[in-house]
Amino acid sequence: MAPVGPRSGDAIFANVERVNAELFTLTYGAIVRQLLTDLEEVEEVNKQLDQMGYNIGIRLIDEFLAKSNVSRCVDFKETAEVIAKVGFKMFLGVTASVTNWDADGTCCSIVLEDNPLVDFVELPDTCQGLYYCNILSGVIRGALEMVSMKTEVTWAKDMLRGDDVFELQVKLLKQVPEEYPYKDDE
Amino acid sequence: MATTACFIIVSRNDIPIYEAEVGSAAKREDAAQLHQFILHAALDIVQDLAWTTSAMYLKAIDRFNDLVVSVYVTAGHTRLMLLHDSRNDDGIKSFFQEVHELYIKILLNPLYLPGSRITSSHFDTKVRALARKYL
Repeated sequence: MAPVGPRSGDAIFANVERVNAELFTLTYGAIVRQLLTDLEEVEEVNKQLDQMGYNIGIRLIDEFLAKSNVSRCVDFKETAEVIAKVGFKMFLGVTASVTNWDADGTCCSIVLEDNPLVDFVELPDTCQGLYYCNILSGVIRGALEMVSMKTEVTWAKDMLRGDDVFELQVKLLKQVPEEYPYKDDE
Repeated sequence: MATTACFIIVSRNDIPIYEAEVGSAAKREDAAQLHQFILHAALDIVQDLAWTTSAMYLKAIDRFNDLVVSVYVTAGHTRLMLLHDSRNDDGIKSFFQEVHELYIKILLNPLYLPGSRITSSHFDTKVRALARKYL
């Protein structure tokens, strides 16, 4: 049987099980609110969201690769395109775009025009330093780490703080070669 | 035509969570306090009246000189109260309905504690625009 080629984000999104967007937004909002009540420090909440995202990402990458059938990406540019077009579409239902490549192709920006996580959300004055969608940066970092890329993901623009789009800056720190867990001579 | 109008939102615990003078007449300091006093005095009447009807819009429930108090009660017993001198019933009903929708959007914000003061300037701008439009 011939191997199935990579499917576009729209095709996969049409086939996966979906959940009500409002339920998703309200659930995520409840998580953030509970974290704020428990931890009280905005920086701590940011870190927890990133950690939660990391845990999601390391598991999400398997589902992503299984459903989307993408072949091995040749370089980081292709990786970023795949994340933006296929990954975001498949899991969040929105398409992102990739911009701002730097000279050696290791740093780019993923731009999200709309984001289902932040429907109806407004940051009150007490939580001004909060990165509400920090879970997304953790997800990308975790997923890429499972495919041997160590990255650093930060927020360049945040709509809740007054910018007009969401912009994630993804920076490739290094490619970790695959290591076998067993020694050959044992 | 200059109208005086004072709009407040009172939560189910009788705590005001939003107030605005939305009339087009010039605002006087003592008038603002008088308006708030009249609206709070009307709360008792609202309490009784709200249980007698299943409609959300209770029309004019109280009068003071020539100022009339109209009230709209939401499902969560949040009262939207308007003190005004005009007689524009339909306009006021539409105004209440649109403010109710804005209030629902505020409630959907997970970082907003229901029953706390509404501090969003976006909400404030929208309410004043609606007041200019309907009153």
